Amino acid sequence: MLLYLCSLYGSFLKIGLFTIGGGYAMIPLMEREIIVNHGWLTAADFLDIVAVAEVTPGPLAINAATFIGYRLAGPAGALIATFGVVTPSLVTLLLLGNFLMRVILDPRAGRLLKGLRAALIALISAAIFTLGQAALIDLTSTLIAAGVFVAGAAWRRLNPLYLIALGAILGLLFYPY
Amino acid sequence: MGRQLQAASSEAVTLSTIFFVFLKVGAFTFGGGYAMLPIIQREVVERRDWVSKERFVDLLIVAQSLPGAIALNSAIQVGTRLRGVPGGILAALGVIIPSIAVIMALAAYFLPAFQDNAYVNAIFYGLRPAVVGLIAAAVVNLGRDILDHWISVAMALALLAAVLFLKIHPIAILIAGGLVGLILFRKKAV
Repeated sequence: MLLYLCSLYGSFLKIGLFTIGGGYAMIPLMEREIIVNHGWLTAADFLDIVAVAEVTPGPLAINAATFIGYRLAGPAGALIATFGVVTPSLVTLLLLGNFLMRVILDPRAGRLLKGLRAALIALISAAIFTLGQAALIDLTSTLIAAGVFVAGAAWRRLNPLYLIALGAILGLLFYPY
Repeated sequence: MGRQLQAASSEAVTLSTIFFVFLKVGAFTFGGGYAMLPIIQREVVERRDWVSKERFVDLLIVAQSLPGAIALNSAIQVGTRLRGVPGGILAALGVIIPSIAVIMALAAYFLPAFQDNAYVNAIFYGLRPAVVGLIAAAVVNLGRDILDHWISVAMALALLAAVLFLKIHPIAILIAGGLVGLILFRKKAV
């Protein structure tokens, strides 16, 4: 159990370290670590957890880490996964905050981050292929995904909460009971 | 950077105030970190004058450029600016405690009670494609900001092929992207 918790901490520390630019940046890393490498969750479970993480208060990355940790190892797992994902923030900002602000406002850091964000787009796009296979299982679910995509891309300031709620309502209405 | 390191009003701010302000932000903002940022701005810039508007923009740039959740990174920076390391830790706790409490309560009591319920299955049947649609929309919205140069577009496509066909680890892809960006964007507009 202790070994398992250490491995959980290690995985979430790795995810936290490379989640640069917010919650969606975490998705390809979690997909690789949690679904592919460790086989801890299925893609469908993972999507359920992301949906719950979007509609509960707080940052997506924290909510998802707490939830996945709980699913894998109960309350201890929830705390350890959350601690893993927040460790890099605490270490860098508590100890190096002012120094890092100078570094990040340097043009070289800007170029590095621009390249990193282009890589991020590639990674999130690739994750959509894997996750889509678990979610787009028939015509109705494909239409729900397409509708949410169009709405989310057209109104980028729209809170994702509303689109998640839309998915829930459409699911209730059109589920093949 | 000749700017002052601490906000002018820092003497008046107690650690418990920092904690409760961020607890409120953590507890009442739904929809992920991006939905939290305007609320944090309202609390710390407009209502409390803890951080100037310009400084807050700098904090956001740092928050988005470092590892971790953006809302958490912003909170830690505001807390640290006001009351040093203890301020940063309490701001972080304020943001994450509601997440941990709500998710653990859901995972422990709420969701198990509704397992194998037809309506819950129907809701998740709709939620899964909605999440995929949201992620796809996030790609497009990010792409509009980032892919403004042919080099970025070519890089994103090459790296997408590397992930899909060569199954290279995402961390290796991120490092490669950063290094290539550092070299290739040297003389181009950044």
